[in-house]
Amino acid sequence: MSGPMVDVRGVYKSYGSLDVLRGVDLRVEAGEVTVVIGPSGSGKSTLLRSINHLEKIDRGYVTIDGEFVGYRRSGDRLYELKERDILRQRTHIGFVFQNFHLFPHLTVRQNVTEAPLSAQGRPRDQVEALATELLEQVGLSGKAGAYPRQLSGGQQQRVAIARALALRPKVVLFDEPTSALDPELVGEVLEVMKALARGGTTMIVVTHEIGFAREVADTVAFMDAGRIVEQGPPPQVLDRPRHDRTRAFLSKVL
Amino acid sequence: MSASFVLEETTAESAGSLTVIRARRPGRWAAGAVVAVLLAMAANALVTNPAWDWPVVAAYLFHPSVLHAVLFTMELTALGIVLGFLLGTVLALMRLSHVPLLASVAWGYVWLFRSVPLILQLLFWYNLAALYKQISFGVPFGPAFFSVGSMDLIGPVTAAALGLALHQAAYAAEIVRGGFLSVDPGQLEAAAALGIPRARQIVRIQLPQAMRSIVPAAGNEIIGLVKGTSVVYIMALPELFYQVQVIYNRNGRVIAMLLVAAIWYLVLTTVLSVGQYYVERRFGRGLARALPPTPVWRVRRVLAVRRAARRRRSAGGGDEER
Repeated sequence: MSGPMVDVRGVYKSYGSLDVLRGVDLRVEAGEVTVVIGPSGSGKSTLLRSINHLEKIDRGYVTIDGEFVGYRRSGDRLYELKERDILRQRTHIGFVFQNFHLFPHLTVRQNVTEAPLSAQGRPRDQVEALATELLEQVGLSGKAGAYPRQLSGGQQQRVAIARALALRPKVVLFDEPTSALDPELVGEVLEVMKALARGGTTMIVVTHEIGFAREVADTVAFMDAGRIVEQGPPPQVLDRPRHDRTRAFLSKVL
Repeated sequence: MSASFVLEETTAESAGSLTVIRARRPGRWAAGAVVAVLLAMAANALVTNPAWDWPVVAAYLFHPSVLHAVLFTMELTALGIVLGFLLGTVLALMRLSHVPLLASVAWGYVWLFRSVPLILQLLFWYNLAALYKQISFGVPFGPAFFSVGSMDLIGPVTAAALGLALHQAAYAAEIVRGGFLSVDPGQLEAAAALGIPRARQIVRIQLPQAMRSIVPAAGNEIIGLVKGTSVVYIMALPELFYQVQVIYNRNGRVIAMLLVAAIWYLVLTTVLSVGQYYVERRFGRGLARALPPTPVWRVRRVLAVRRAARRRRSAGGGDEER
C-alpha cells in the first residue's frame, strides 16, 4: 500500500461539554518522525491516545497502514470492532507512556517478553532472543533480571521503549516520554529515540523538547485548542512560524 | 569560644581512639522489669493452679477423637476458604464489570450474605430439605433431566461447608474487589496498549498486584474462619469445639477440655500466620527495592554478628564492654 502509514482524518473528541479535539488531520509517512508540540491542554495526548484507540473518537477516523483503527469498513459503513480485535490491532502500535507504566512485579526481561508471547503468540526462544537484542539496543543488557523499581527513571523509560518495540510495531507513539524524568536523565532517553529515528522507525512524539524536534523530526505539528494550527519541516515551523499562536508558544518555551 | 576549642581537640585525635558511651535509658529498663514480673505472675497462675487440670489437658490433647475433630475443622476451613474465594473472585469481577445486571446481582449477593448472621444461614442450609424436597437439574423453567432428594444431595457436612463458603464469598468478594481497585489504572492501560488479551491482563498483570492487598485481608479471613467453624457445632458436626463439648459433658473436665480446644486453635492459626508471611513475601517481589529478610535469616545474622563480636573481644582482650 502506498498511502501514509498513519492517517488521521477529521477527528473530533469531547468529554461532556469540553471539546478536546476539534477536527484534527495528520498524515505520517512510513519511516518518518512527526513531533507534536503545543501548550498543555491543547489535545496532544488525547490525539495520541486516539490513534491507538485508548480513547474512542466521536467523529472522523484513523487508519494505520490502511487499516481502520477500532473499526472494520464494509462498503461505506464502519462497524465497531470487538475488544479482542482492537487488542490485536494495538500490537501494531507501540505506545510509550509519560509515567512508563512498567509492570512492577515482573522483571525487566519479563516486561519486554510479555506482550509478544501472550498477545502475538510468538515462539519463546525467538522472543527471548529479541528481548536480549532490544535491551542491548537501549543500553540495559545488564538489567534484564532487575525489577523496575530498582532502576532509575531514565532506565525505566528505556525499558518501556524496548517493551513497545518488542511487538515489532508499524508505528511507535511517545506521550511526553521525558516529562516525568529528572533533567539529567532526559538525555539518555532522547539518545535512544534518536537512534530509533535514524533506524527508520515511524514515530509520533508528543514532547516539550524543542531541541529534539529540531534535530530529529521530519515534520513538526503545532497544536492548540484541539486543532493542528500548522505543520511542516522543523525550520519552517520552529524558526519561521506563520501563526501568531505558534510564535507566542515558541517564545515561551525556547 | 569553647565550641571551637572542643573542635580542635577532637580533630587532633584519631577517630579510632574515641569511645562511644551509649545513652542510659532507665525508663526502658523499668518498663521491661514491670512487664517481666507480670509475665511471671501470669505463668505462675497458669502452672500452679491445679484447677487448670494440666494432666487432663495432656491426656486429651492427642486423643484420637480430638485429632479427628481437628482434621474436620481443617477440612471445613479449607473448603470454606477455597470455595469462598473462588466464588468471591467471580463476584468481584461481576461487580467490576460494565454489565449493570452482573454488577447489581453481585452487589445484592454481598448485601444479603453479609447481612444475615452466619449461624442463621447455616441453619437454613441444614433445613433446606424442609423448603425444597427435591432438587432438579435440567432446562431452566423447562423439563428436568434428573432429580435428587435435598437430603441426599446436601447432608449436614455439605450444608456446613456450603454455608461457610457462601457466607465467606460475600466477604471475599469485597476483599478481592478492593485488591483490584488498588492496582494503578495505568497498569491496565499499559496492558491494553500492548494488546495483551483481557483474561491474561487479569491473571498476569492485575491479580498479582492486587494480591499484595488481598493477602493480609485474606489472612484475617482464614484465621477468622478457623475459629468460625466452631459455630457449626449447632449442627452437631464433630468439629473441634463440638467434640470437646461432647467429652466434657461425659467427664466433667470443662476447663481442661476448653484448653485443649484453645491450644489446637492456637496451633492452627500459628501455622497459617507463618504461611501468610511467606505468601506476602512472594507477592512483594519487585514492589520494594529489596525483599525484607525472613525471620530465620534475621536470627542467623544476629548470631553471626554476636560471634564476630566475641571473636574480636577474645582477640583484643579489651575491656571496652563492661
